[in-house]
Amino acid sequence: MALVTLTIDNRKVSAEEGQNLLQVIREQGIDMPTLCHLDGLSERGGCRLCVVEEEGSSKLLASCVTAVRENMRVTTGSDRLFRYRRMLVELLFAERNHVCSVCVMNRRCELQSLALRFGVDHLRYDPLYPRLSTDVSHEKYALDHNRCVLCARCVRVCDEVEGVHTLDMMGRGVSCRVIADLNQPWATSRTCTNCGKCVQVCPTGAMYIKETFSAHGEKRPDLPKRIRDGREKHTWGG
Amino acid sequence: MAKKTVTIDPVTRIEGHGKITFQLDEQGRVTRARFHVTDFRGFEKFCEHRPFWEMPDITSRICGICPVSHMLASAKAGDAILGVHVPPAAHKLRRLIHWAQLVQSHALSFFHLSAPDLLLGMESDPQERNILGLVAKYPGVAKDGIRLRQVGQEIIRVLGGKSVHPSWAVPGGVQSPLKPEKVDSLQALVPEALEIVDRTLDLYREKIEAFSTDLEHYGDFPSLYMGLVTPDGGLEHYDGVLRVMDAGGKILEKGARPETYRNIFSEEVESWSYLKFPYYKSLGPEKGLYRVGPLARLNVCDRAGTPRADRALEEFGRWKKDGRPVSGSFHMHEARLIEILFSLEKIAETLSDPHITDTHVRSHAGVNGRAGVGVIEAPRGTLFHDYLVDEGGLVQEVNLVVASGHNNLAMNRTILQIAQAFGNGTEITEGFLNRMEHGIRIYDPCLSCSTHVVGRHGLKMEFLGPSGDLLRSFELL
Repeated sequence: MALVTLTIDNRKVSAEEGQNLLQVIREQGIDMPTLCHLDGLSERGGCRLCVVEEEGSSKLLASCVTAVRENMRVTTGSDRLFRYRRMLVELLFAERNHVCSVCVMNRRCELQSLALRFGVDHLRYDPLYPRLSTDVSHEKYALDHNRCVLCARCVRVCDEVEGVHTLDMMGRGVSCRVIADLNQPWATSRTCTNCGKCVQVCPTGAMYIKETFSAHGEKRPDLPKRIRDGREKHTWGG
Repeated sequence: MAKKTVTIDPVTRIEGHGKITFQLDEQGRVTRARFHVTDFRGFEKFCEHRPFWEMPDITSRICGICPVSHMLASAKAGDAILGVHVPPAAHKLRRLIHWAQLVQSHALSFFHLSAPDLLLGMESDPQERNILGLVAKYPGVAKDGIRLRQVGQEIIRVLGGKSVHPSWAVPGGVQSPLKPEKVDSLQALVPEALEIVDRTLDLYREKIEAFSTDLEHYGDFPSLYMGLVTPDGGLEHYDGVLRVMDAGGKILEKGARPETYRNIFSEEVESWSYLKFPYYKSLGPEKGLYRVGPLARLNVCDRAGTPRADRALEEFGRWKKDGRPVSGSFHMHEARLIEILFSLEKIAETLSDPHITDTHVRSHAGVNGRAGVGVIEAPRGTLFHDYLVDEGGLVQEVNLVVASGHNNLAMNRTILQIAQAFGNGTEITEGFLNRMEHGIRIYDPCLSCSTHVVGRHGLKMEFLGPSGDLLRSFELL
């Protein structure tokens, strides 16, 4: 496979053609924040936390959906990028009702970790406080829209790994929701296999095993990659 | 002299924010006194549509002093929705954490909030009349108070994982058992705590003589009393049946099932307070005034059920007049100490139970009942959590009846009594204001969720003319 050479944070780097920038950045040991990205799933470019600056362009690039190019020069960390990432996290908190203290994923939540990382101790934007529902119809799992950040990990794992595509998104902007089948109570879905992969990859407390209590949720975001590796490469890492 | 209204806002050294107003007539006599609760929390509303299994975590945030009581009342309401038998070890552990909370909460009320008045004097310098003043003049007492509170908090921490807002009791039981290696260390906390309570009771009995002329003015009036008792009439804080007693000691409700509380009392709403006004239904709002909390619990029970507490309870009987239940709210201070004694004895007894470390501590089930009532004797009195859920377990209606609400009518009656006894109509002294506040403090009302704001707000007093115009206003720290 052809190699390309690029510069990341003033370091010359070689990468395989077709690789995305995020992969290469992480191979360099750079701690790039992400939320919608998950190893083993297709890229979505939704959360924009992995944005980088490219020399010669005023536009920020989401590194997860940007292919490496010959001679590109990118910066992964700057004051400007930090400000944007912090703003993105604040906007995620402002959009729905994230009450960490009573959330199943308190202290294990990826959104909460990002808030800590970017020093979000208050919001500069008025929260929308939408009145959202919780779907508790499923026998085992709950979907609390209040805590959903629309990363679509659940939608992708359901489609790409489990292969049933029970979950999808409906609506646009602030009206966007994760839905089961044709926007019906989860328990009535005829396609859901009850596998629970959606729950395991959800970065927040939006999807969780019912009757899990605050700060007691545990997730397995490594599952998609493990399953794929087992299926495609016949390697079964622990 | 024109009619005036005097306002004390906020009332300090209580949990939450409230204010007192009283109306003076032309002669300067107090004609009406009101305790206003100015906090608005809205828990009953925003809990709607949340899954019922989240309720112990959410409702424990009502209060930073008694989160354990809310957690347990909520978990018990959840038990009823699940319709399961909670494992015996879980019941024992829940009792254990609740007694620990009684210890720490009562210690806070007695030592941190009220002891400055009791030991330094109602009319002492307000700059020193606080826990720091107590540390300066009575370092041993202050240290005892802090240690006693620490003992309670430590037991809560070991059982629940953290001392404030533990996430531990759940519908069907508790989340984690007590580790066997922790039993001895918890048991070791009890003897020192018992010694503290013994010497504090001695000190209190000595100091109360200085208040002998005051006692009858601090909420000493006939009323009903309500509290949980064990089925055979013993002192109870976690389960049992509801007992209502009248001012003469006659039992009006012998052993009502707590979930029938709506048949026992009703609530009125007044426009001037966010706190509701419950009363004993059969007698109506006027005659149905009842008190809950430490005094009521000691009045309604036949016995405590532990050796030291029973002896202290017998001595407490000296305040009875003509064989009637103890009617002076001032005696809540002593009642709290007796309850700490009882709680410590029960903690020691429960920790000695060989089954306390059983690992089966939670029963699982789906939604088997649409309604659940959880009742518990919180430090300040009987606490009800009443939920209605849909078929999936989402809460549709919430009714929380908290202890401070039960005592609302009594608190209003108490401050009127104090104002009439100590107000001379012409001069409002600092000591008078503090007596008014102490009238509220004896009930230890828990108006919001924490004492973190202690000292941030001063005592505000306003004189209002007959038409409501502000005549005078001043603020004290």
